[in-house]
Amino acid sequence: MAIYLLRRLGLAVITLFLLSVIIFFAGQVLPGDPARAILGPLSAESAVRALDHQLGVDRSLVTQYSSWITGLLHGNMGESYQYQSAVEPLLRAALVNSAKLAAFALVVIIPLGILGGVIAALYAGRPIDRIITLTGSSGAALPEFVTGIVVIVVFSVELRLLPFPPQIQPGAPLGTQLRALILPAVPLVFVLFGYIARMARAGTIEALESDYVRTATLKGLKRVVVIYRHVLRNSLLPTIAVIATQTGYLIGGLVVVERLFNYQGIGNLIFHAANAKDFPMLEAAVLTVGAVYMVATVGADVLTTVLNPRLRTEASR
Amino acid sequence: MTGSVAIPAVAVASDAERRELPVWRLLLRRPTFVVGGLLLLFWIVCALFGSAIAPHDPLAQQLLATNQAPSSAHWFGTDQLGRDVLSRVVVGAQTILIIAPLATAVGAVLGTALGLVLGYRGGVVDLVAGRIVEAVLALPAILVIFLFVVALGVSTITQILTIGFIFTPLIARTVRSAVQVESQLDYLPAARLVGDRSARIMFVEILPNVLPTVLVEFTVRLGYAIFAVATLAFLGFGVQLSTPNWGTDINANYVLLSAGYWWETLFPALAIASLIIAINLVADAIEQVLAG
Amino acid sequence: MTATEETAIPGPSAEPQATARVTHLDVTHRVRGQDRLALRDVSFEIGRNESYGLVGESGSGKSTVALALTRYLPRNGRVSGGSIRIAGRDPLALNAADLRELRAHSVSMVYQEPGKALNPSIRVGRQVAEVYEIAGLSRADALDHAEEMLRKVQISDPGLVMQRYPHELSGGMAQRAVIAMALAAEPALLILDEPTTALDATVEAEVLELITGLRAELDTSLLFISHNLAVIAKMCDRVGVLYAGELIEEGPAREVFEQPRHPYTMGLLRCIPRQGQRKDHGRLDAIPGFLPPPGQEITGCIFAPRCPIAEQRCREAAPPAIDTGPARISRCYLHEAVPDLPRNTPVDVQLSAPPKDAEPVIAVRNLAKTFTSGGQAVPALTGVNLDIERGETLGIVGESGSGKTTLARLLLGLITPDAGSAIELDGQQLSPDLRRRSQAQLKALQIVFQNPDSALNRRHTVRRLISRPLAKLAGLSGSALTERLTDLVRSVRMEPRHLPLRPRQLSGGLKQRVAIARAFGGGPRIVVCDEPTSALDVSVQAAILNLLADLQAKEQVTYLFISHDLGLVRYLSDRIVVLYLGRVLELGPAERVFGGPHHPYTEALLSAVPSLDGQRTERIRLTGEIPSPANPPSGCVFHTRCPRRLPTGICESTEPPLAEVEPGHLMSCHIPIDQLATLQGNERMS
Repeated sequence: MAIYLLRRLGLAVITLFLLSVIIFFAGQVLPGDPARAILGPLSAESAVRALDHQLGVDRSLVTQYSSWITGLLHGNMGESYQYQSAVEPLLRAALVNSAKLAAFALVVIIPLGILGGVIAALYAGRPIDRIITLTGSSGAALPEFVTGIVVIVVFSVELRLLPFPPQIQPGAPLGTQLRALILPAVPLVFVLFGYIARMARAGTIEALESDYVRTATLKGLKRVVVIYRHVLRNSLLPTIAVIATQTGYLIGGLVVVERLFNYQGIGNLIFHAANAKDFPMLEAAVLTVGAVYMVATVGADVLTTVLNPRLRTEASR
Repeated sequence: MTGSVAIPAVAVASDAERRELPVWRLLLRRPTFVVGGLLLLFWIVCALFGSAIAPHDPLAQQLLATNQAPSSAHWFGTDQLGRDVLSRVVVGAQTILIIAPLATAVGAVLGTALGLVLGYRGGVVDLVAGRIVEAVLALPAILVIFLFVVALGVSTITQILTIGFIFTPLIARTVRSAVQVESQLDYLPAARLVGDRSARIMFVEILPNVLPTVLVEFTVRLGYAIFAVATLAFLGFGVQLSTPNWGTDINANYVLLSAGYWWETLFPALAIASLIIAINLVADAIEQVLAG
Repeated sequence: MTATEETAIPGPSAEPQATARVTHLDVTHRVRGQDRLALRDVSFEIGRNESYGLVGESGSGKSTVALALTRYLPRNGRVSGGSIRIAGRDPLALNAADLRELRAHSVSMVYQEPGKALNPSIRVGRQVAEVYEIAGLSRADALDHAEEMLRKVQISDPGLVMQRYPHELSGGMAQRAVIAMALAAEPALLILDEPTTALDATVEAEVLELITGLRAELDTSLLFISHNLAVIAKMCDRVGVLYAGELIEEGPAREVFEQPRHPYTMGLLRCIPRQGQRKDHGRLDAIPGFLPPPGQEITGCIFAPRCPIAEQRCREAAPPAIDTGPARISRCYLHEAVPDLPRNTPVDVQLSAPPKDAEPVIAVRNLAKTFTSGGQAVPALTGVNLDIERGETLGIVGESGSGKTTLARLLLGLITPDAGSAIELDGQQLSPDLRRRSQAQLKALQIVFQNPDSALNRRHTVRRLISRPLAKLAGLSGSALTERLTDLVRSVRMEPRHLPLRPRQLSGGLKQRVAIARAFGGGPRIVVCDEPTSALDVSVQAAILNLLADLQAKEQVTYLFISHDLGLVRYLSDRIVVLYLGRVLELGPAERVFGGPHHPYTEALLSAVPSLDGQRTERIRLTGEIPSPANPPSGCVFHTRCPRRLPTGICESTEPPLAEVEPGHLMSCHIPIDQLATLQGNERMS
């Protein structure tokens, strides 16, 4: 088991390293000169050169990468070009805001998605199943800003129930903060519902059709007990992995949602950094998104392994 | 070897020649396919003949009649430059319906080829490629596409290739696992025993059997390509052809939502939604029919 | 078996209250908006303590009977006529609570794949205990009872097994646990649906013996469902034969199998090789035609289209259930003519004897293959030496995991052997890499796989499938190819109209014919037949075996015939190789290996096979499970399970060499052959 965990973590570290390389070199391919971007198009060529040298972008790529990654490993994310200040505190604040939004969406959607999927499976082929399935898959395919606009028009413009754009003051009472999160969370919930419900439905149907559920039913167990003890235990395992990958997505989907609602999270940060060609900020933020995804998937893998006896046996070999 | 004895649950073909309906007949029996297909057809017609259908010139500005609420003259109202929103919505289908299918096709062709090689060959190449794919997938696709478009600038070709390349590993992953399922079957050793080489086995023996998977993947990804194109435009990186673009219009007008001018944002948004739902319904029907 | 005879009951009529009574049962499946009858007017009774067998091929509806009895029909299925009573109650009329009650106390079921019948994420003990909890016991008491029950099904360490998860149990062990679970409720009726089909013959024998023993002990009636006539003959007092959803014959098991009164039953029996039957004389007789498609409206007898003696009246009105003797029923107007049913295939055929060559076609030297699994070396085949002669059929037998299929795939070049192995074709070294083999070498070796669904590319037409080796290996094209194609299709008894069809439009038997035609397309010299009939029904199997025998005589090919069915191997093979844990334990002419004296392992395999003839073989029991090939036993690999192990300890310490004990008969055993002859009794010595 310990060996399995180490191997899984090792793989995650390798992937993260690959990702850092890809991000770094992709960042270098971005056309445009950072100093030129900072100083503006009218500044003198010599001033641009000097700033390039000061920023260190005139060194060889490998040197730049190694100094960047060394800095990162020591907790130094460099200095933002656009704000002329350290990346780390800005990123941290944005990440906290995004985490609030993501956590709120997940808390709502995990039980809802699972419930929807299980209900659809229990009534597989009936109208209620088709409705849940089609709503789910359509919701998952719609861009966040489309669903976002619809809810803004309905709840904010017409009904005036919820504030737009939502403002979150750090010191505001929890109730106000949560209220402000409702609108931006809706588009995320829409997207996630489809994925989670689909997986929960597939797993539940597979379990319902299995021989062991037939065994349990023919033992004379109550339907509720059969579903609770024999179906859900097996059907929800694969759903865990989906929830984990969607956590990664969530952080990315925030770019659009945070733009639409002008919410100061990591998505908005990435958007502005990309527009301003603010490489240190952009690279650090994107790598953070990747790291969150990796942590979530590793966590899900470990959880699935612990909960599934068969995988547990294989892992301890 | 008793373990592998299969007693088929259902009658093994009881008749020598069973008749079966062609796939398109089965599709037409599905209401989801019919509804989705008609909706999709509507937008294709709009894309092709939009300027003939639109009641007004979508580009004509009326600076005296800006931000007009929907009325009998302007069913969907006018925008901040006084342009007719309905006309812009009708014509706006064009850009998206050029870029998204081409991008998906690029991804499907490259992804299928890659998936075939990885799934059939396995080994070191598969391992290394798998790591790289996973590294890329650690970032949400839309984020990667966004960053590339920011870097490379806005153009039709850039968007098609960027979206196509990002789809490649995603489609490859699905095709690869379908190929691995096929690789367990005995028709592959049978082909090897006739002396067939890998390329032939991959493209003549395996490919036809994974095409249904590719087809489903194509329709699902097509919906996502539209998602991506629309999102890029919303973020301010829409392709500006001679015709309007739904996402770009939303980007230009959504700040006015708080002022109550909802129609210039909502109608393009609903247009995007209806197109994606149409494709989604078609994809769902195809998946159901192919699954039997 | 003795237990069965002791508890034999006089017949259902003497019993006032049958445990189960099915009357005029119709079951309908709704498929694509159309109703299809899956069961038609099925009636039978199972008396108290009686063991009733239902036998039929796939599509006969035998499992549907079980599902209807437990009211567990699929969502699109319903009972559309007739009635069912179990322990005096009608499961179809019960409300949810009463149905649970009935399932909890009166009827239990065991089915084909034990591994799937257990919940993968709950410990075995808990799953068995659950039954007692339903009966109202506390959790601790339930666990105690569960342990007791597991002991009853002869699990030697029940405490340990209770803590296990299902995937940690072998197939035989899991099936015991399932049986324990089914019997825990002390049901009035136990339904066994193909309970041993997924198990090895040796394990099957143990499980069947266990069921027989438990029957004597418990007050339970059995409904035993199987496609295997011999298993039914061994386990059941009475038997019903199902064909296309109709019960076409019923009676005491032995009588039905000895004197069938329905042409279908007779046909089935003629499809199975009996003791002493060989491919050149006493040929198998196949039933022509196909099962009627589900849902087809049939006036008249359902079997008439395939019946050799059908008359006008058979096609006009369905025959009723006719009494043909005490407690016997047949749905055949002509039941009296059944004993003299004409054959479709002549009993004897002229098969030319294989020409004797000095040189073997294939010589295998020191062939070994080691797989790696989870970083561990797992030898699948170890030091095999073998000569295969031209035109002969070499049968390969052994339990699963013995290396049969590995041996075949190594010869074909589909997998590469370990270093030091050598395979020679006509005295020339064969490259282990398929791509390095010459055109002639590729041509020489072909295979017929077990499952045609897997072996035929489902997107290709029959024409394309069969043409490929003709073009690629035989180098034919144009009209020469078409001509050869037509010949080949005819020789596997198919017709040109099948050429444009795709595999899924063909029945299982036709698909296997396509696979055979493809194997013969390139003009092979050796054809490996890897369980070629085990995915097929009995009536189809006979036709395929006859076809293989005919093709061999015509094309002078050598067969390597792999099968778990010893009856088939004996019927078809000239020589036999017995494999165990990747080693050859015995090799010799078929009549010597089967007739004995033989290796104790061969003896065990043979005595595990139930026989239709009612002939009792003194069964020697194999104790323990097959050891892991990753960690084979010391000395003789078979010693851990050998019932004839020598007390001297030599079996544990030294691996016996594969030595010639008689001319052409090799054996790997420390016991001298004379002693084996005495131990095994010479009753079957020729």
